[in-house]
Amino acid sequence: MTYVFEFSDVLAAWPRLLSGLKYTAELSAAGIVFGFVLGTLSAIVRHQKLPVLNGIVSVYVEAIRNTPFLVQAFLVFFGLSTLGIRLSAEFCAALALTLNAGAYTCEIMRAGLDATHKGQIEAAESLGMGWPAIYWHVMLLPAIEKVYPALTSQFVLLMLSTSITSQISAEELTGVANIVQSETFRSFEVYLLVGAIYLALSFVFRMIFWVVGKLCFTSTRVLGPSS
Amino acid sequence: MISGIQIQYLGVAALWTVGLTLMALIGGSILGFCIALFRVSPNSVLRYLSVVYIQTIQGIPLLVLLFIAYFGFSIAGFNPSPFVTVVVAFSLYSAAYLGEIWRGCIQTVPKPQWEASGSLGFNRYQQLRLVIIPQAFRIATPPTVGFLVQLVKNTSLASTVGFIELARAGQILNNTTFKPFSVFLLVALFYFGLCFPLSLLSKKLERSLNVAHR
Repeated sequence: MTYVFEFSDVLAAWPRLLSGLKYTAELSAAGIVFGFVLGTLSAIVRHQKLPVLNGIVSVYVEAIRNTPFLVQAFLVFFGLSTLGIRLSAEFCAALALTLNAGAYTCEIMRAGLDATHKGQIEAAESLGMGWPAIYWHVMLLPAIEKVYPALTSQFVLLMLSTSITSQISAEELTGVANIVQSETFRSFEVYLLVGAIYLALSFVFRMIFWVVGKLCFTSTRVLGPSS
Repeated sequence: MISGIQIQYLGVAALWTVGLTLMALIGGSILGFCIALFRVSPNSVLRYLSVVYIQTIQGIPLLVLLFIAYFGFSIAGFNPSPFVTVVVAFSLYSAAYLGEIWRGCIQTVPKPQWEASGSLGFNRYQQLRLVIIPQAFRIATPPTVGFLVQLVKNTSLASTVGFIELARAGQILNNTTFKPFSVFLLVALFYFGLCFPLSLLSKKLERSLNVAHR
């Protein structure tokens, strides 16, 4: 192997890679926040088995979970434009990510809601709590706490899958890398560097989730035998 | 609309998706099994190496991994077909996930099983082969089928390095017909047809294995 590694051209494109990194972080944040809201609402619909909505949500969840994100992104980006809805690549990327994350979050949150003990709800009722309060304090918040580890690993996977939006010309980290490699022809170096950046970013994400978990769930001490 | 011959074209591409998934599963299983064994090995160096491998592969997007494999092969002086490149990349990728899944399954086997077989004079190889692995195998089946769904979906990324499977065939078809909505909806349906039965199977296996805790 006589290949000479040459990183100078790639490092010269550092400001652009950095802006791509920023965009990746923003996309991930948008996907996480909106996906979480969408997924939690869907989980409530499925958990409560609301008449018509339950059917719609289960079709949505199964459709998203059994098709590749790449094809979903193509459908949103190319499909919507043929239907007369013209949206920017950035918006389509965020939309596709949200729809995708929503379906996975729904399944995780539903598992959390299903794990609520019936006795706890009865106890809350006997204390005279109203339904909104029961749902919020007895079901939803403990459910989030229970499934938090599964949620965070799903969100790290979501961050990694933002790279796929480069295929619909969103200029996030991988998208910038594609452009840089076609200009410098230093493909291997670019992708090695970008791979390292993603690796670092996933560690940062894990750290953030760990800290958030520590701050939010201070009540993890177990009183009596845990169920 | 889309003609019969075009649907047939997608059908053939779907077979490539299946083939790629199976090859990646075989490669990933062999490597992933070694990773799982390293991960529970008493040797700390092996344990450490497998952790680094799993963390690295799981921290890099598959798309970037594919590009690294694609360009890495060529600078190493090889010029393999896209099929070989993607099979290697997908095997490395699935090995990290399967290794971690199977590690969990091996560790769910109760510790007294290790102690009992040890006290019967089994060596480590016999313990694994005769006692631990057969029990871990049952636990491992549902999550492995679940991962297979992920693998089928992720093979769509092979389209980016020039391997013609279902997603790439959809792109080609879209370039000639200019009907992205119907083409990609059809592609999505094909993927759904491949993945949904596997999802159901995984769920069913999970339920039938969980009889004791229902």
